[in-house]
Amino acid sequence: MFSPSHFSAVLLFSLCVSVVFGITQRETPKRMFRYGAYCFTLFVGSAIALSWVMFFIAR
Amino acid sequence: MASTQNQAAGAAKASGEGFVYLPLIAGWLIPGAGHFVLGKWVRGALLAASILAMFVLGLAMHGKVYSSGSDILEKLGLVGDLGNGLLYVLSRVLGLGNVFVQTTVADWGTRFIVVAGLLNVIAAVDAHNLRTGRKS
Repeated sequence: MFSPSHFSAVLLFSLCVSVVFGITQRETPKRMFRYGAYCFTLFVGSAIALSWVMFFIAR
Repeated sequence: MASTQNQAAGAAKASGEGFVYLPLIAGWLIPGAGHFVLGKWVRGALLAASILAMFVLGLAMHGKVYSSGSDILEKLGLVGDLGNGLLYVLSRVLGLGNVFVQTTVADWGTRFIVVAGLLNVIAAVDAHNLRTGRKS
């Protein structure tokens, strides 16, 4: 069984989804890449930010 | 002005030949196939790799492939899984994903499989838009 850490799962999920979003939501290769990178950053950044929020709530 | 006319002419040409829904159906059945049909090899390969990776990772995490919808959440999961097209059929035939979710990782795997299906639908619709000239 493949058992990634929570963060590894976030990275894998974000990568795959960002590639599809980038290709399908923009028209030129350059804009696809930039939008994909933007989505990936937002996914991972949101996960990290929410993790810290939950960390402080739990204390 | 001229480029707008060219786009309109391209769209009309694109939508006027052959079976318009072929990329949509091919893309749904096989991830990336809709773009392959249109000759968009790199886009198709990237889409296929991403969607296949998500589906396989989901199965590797012992995610569940929904087979029936007894409650609303299972019904929604089934709808998402059906977006995987032939991958869904293959997994059902081979008995993959026929598990009882007991761990957190398996729950993530279930979500990976559902999201792979939803992404495949987005990719298939994108192929259809390319075919009709709505997108270039």
